[in-house]
Amino acid sequence: MAAKTLTIDGKPITAEEGATVLQAADEAGIKIPTLCHLDGVYDVGACRLCLVEVTGVAKLLPACTTRVAEGMEVKTDSERLRKYRRITLELLFAERNHVCAVCVANGHCELQTLAYSQGMDHVRYEYLFPKWGVDTTHRLFGMDHNRCVLCTRCVRVCWHVEGAGTKNVAGRGTRSHIITDLAMPWGESDSCTQCGKCVQACPTGALFHKGSTTGEMERDRGKLEFIVTAREKKQWVTAD
Amino acid sequence: MSRMSPMSPTAKRIVIDPVTRIEGHAKISLFLDDAGNVADAEFHVVEFRGFEKFCEGRPYGEMPGITPRICGICPVSHLLASAKAGDAIMAVNIPPTADKLRRLMNLGQIVQSHALSFFHLSAPDFLLGWETPQPQRNVFGLIGSNKDLARAGIRLRQFGQEIIEILGGQKVHPAWAVPGGVRSGLSPEGRERIRLWLPEAYATTEAALALWKKTMETHQREVQIFGNFPSLFMGLVAEDGTWEHHGGKLRFTDSSGSIIADQLDPQKYYEVIGESVQTSSYLKSPYYLPMGFPAGIYRVGPLARLNVCERMGVPKADAELKLFKKLGRGAVTSSFLYHYARLIEIMASLEYIERYMSDSEIMGDYLRADAGINNLRGVGASEAPRGTLFHDYTVDRNGLLKKVNLIVATGQNNLAMNQTVAQIARHYIKSGAGNGTIPEPLLNRVEHGIRCYDPCLSCSTHAVGQMPMHVQLIAPDGSVVSEVTRG
Repeated sequence: MAAKTLTIDGKPITAEEGATVLQAADEAGIKIPTLCHLDGVYDVGACRLCLVEVTGVAKLLPACTTRVAEGMEVKTDSERLRKYRRITLELLFAERNHVCAVCVANGHCELQTLAYSQGMDHVRYEYLFPKWGVDTTHRLFGMDHNRCVLCTRCVRVCWHVEGAGTKNVAGRGTRSHIITDLAMPWGESDSCTQCGKCVQACPTGALFHKGSTTGEMERDRGKLEFIVTAREKKQWVTAD
Repeated sequence: MSRMSPMSPTAKRIVIDPVTRIEGHAKISLFLDDAGNVADAEFHVVEFRGFEKFCEGRPYGEMPGITPRICGICPVSHLLASAKAGDAIMAVNIPPTADKLRRLMNLGQIVQSHALSFFHLSAPDFLLGWETPQPQRNVFGLIGSNKDLARAGIRLRQFGQEIIEILGGQKVHPAWAVPGGVRSGLSPEGRERIRLWLPEAYATTEAALALWKKTMETHQREVQIFGNFPSLFMGLVAEDGTWEHHGGKLRFTDSSGSIIADQLDPQKYYEVIGESVQTSSYLKSPYYLPMGFPAGIYRVGPLARLNVCERMGVPKADAELKLFKKLGRGAVTSSFLYHYARLIEIMASLEYIERYMSDSEIMGDYLRADAGINNLRGVGASEAPRGTLFHDYTVDRNGLLKKVNLIVATGQNNLAMNQTVAQIARHYIKSGAGNGTIPEPLLNRVEHGIRCYDPCLSCSTHAVGQMPMHVQLIAPDGSVVSEVTRG
């Protein structure tokens, strides 16, 4: 496969053709904020946190779905990018009911960590305070739609790692939400294999092990990567 | 509540708003008659929190994380009552180590909260004097006049807070107790830290008790008029009548000291406790159901716990309890003696903490029982520093809350606080007060009547912030003749 040369933040980089800007940056040790990206599953560019500037392109592009090109000049950090990332985060917080202090993922939440790292100290938008429920019908897991950011990681691992196809997205706009099978209580799902990959994939406290209390929901993302690597490369290796 | 009515056109009302050095926001209304004497009083809580409502729909297991946010002073009380309500929904007996650890944290909570009430909030009144100018009548004034005492008091509170932190990882709002048990155990290093601090805590408590006895000699008038009236008393007691703070069953006694109901299952508190609602306050007024409202007035908290129990179960506190019991004929009925009761409870807590330090079971590592939803309703009752706390949850089959009822100590003392304020005001505010000039030290005595109960309005109305004070003088036609606001 042909290699492409480009610069990211002024640093000359060589990346394989077909690689994303996010992959190229990661290999070069340049950290770009992400939320919907999850190692082991394909990217969808849903959260817009990995937006980067590309010279010659007026609009901002998501690093996770933009392929590298010869001579590309990418900027991952600028006042403009920081501004848009904060806006994106604030909108995510305003859209649902995120109460970190009492959340099962407090201290282990990617949304919370991003808010800290991007200097989000308040939300300028009016909170929508939507009325979303909690589905605790499953024997092992719970789903709190109040904390969901619609990253669709759970949908992607369910379809493309487990292969069960239980999780899906329904609705439009602010009424978009994650469903189980044909929008039935999770506990009544025929297709769910109870594997828990969706729970491991969730970046916030939306999916949780039942019985988890404040801050107890720690995830082991390495397990997903382990499974995908084993399947695709026939290598059974753990991260450490 | 026996609010005065109808009033004559010349009668008046005094309002103290906000009330200071308590936790939360409140005001006091003093109703004056035609002659300008105090006819009645009302203590209003003017903040509303709404926890009972907005928790509906949440998983019950989250409640020990949510409900401690009601209050920064006694979050542990809510934590423990909430976890216990969860135990009841799961229908489990928690591991013995977990029970002892919860108890240890509650003892730490009692020590820190009582130390705060005694040294920081109340002692400035009776140690510095009612007439001390208001800007100095606080813990800083106490530091200025008696540095060693103030420092020791602050350190005693810190000791209780450290126990909470050692167990729960943080002093305020530890997410530690959970339905089924607790999340982490006691480390040998933590135990050693507690053990090493105990001698200092004992010394401070003994000094405070000695100081209190001198205070009682010079404050006989306060003992007589600061909330000295007959009422029922309620608290948890062990099966043999020993003082309890986390387990046991409910006991009611009357002011003669007779037991009128005993070994009542806290799960069925609603069979003996009714809740009355007043339009003038966000604070509900629970009462003893068999006697009706307002005749079923009862007090909870340190004074009540010492009245209902037969012994503390530990030697130093038991010696003090004997002296305490001599202060009443039957029950000790003066709310000014809540302060004494608090010190005795600190002593008892220290002795129980010391026992746990040599109890090998408390170092166990089996800490959490597991179960599904086995009861659709569960009640958690625990003795908060201010009195018995009930968390009553009703859930659906999936463990989502359908109904939440929180009965807190301050609510249960509401009727008694009204009577206390009226009694003090009647004694100090004589005819002519309606002209609008009430000396500040006099208002402070009225406020102190409230402080005796160490009320927590944040908890009781599920309110935020510190408690400033607002007193209104109210005419019979409802117009406010005079007002004093501070805070």
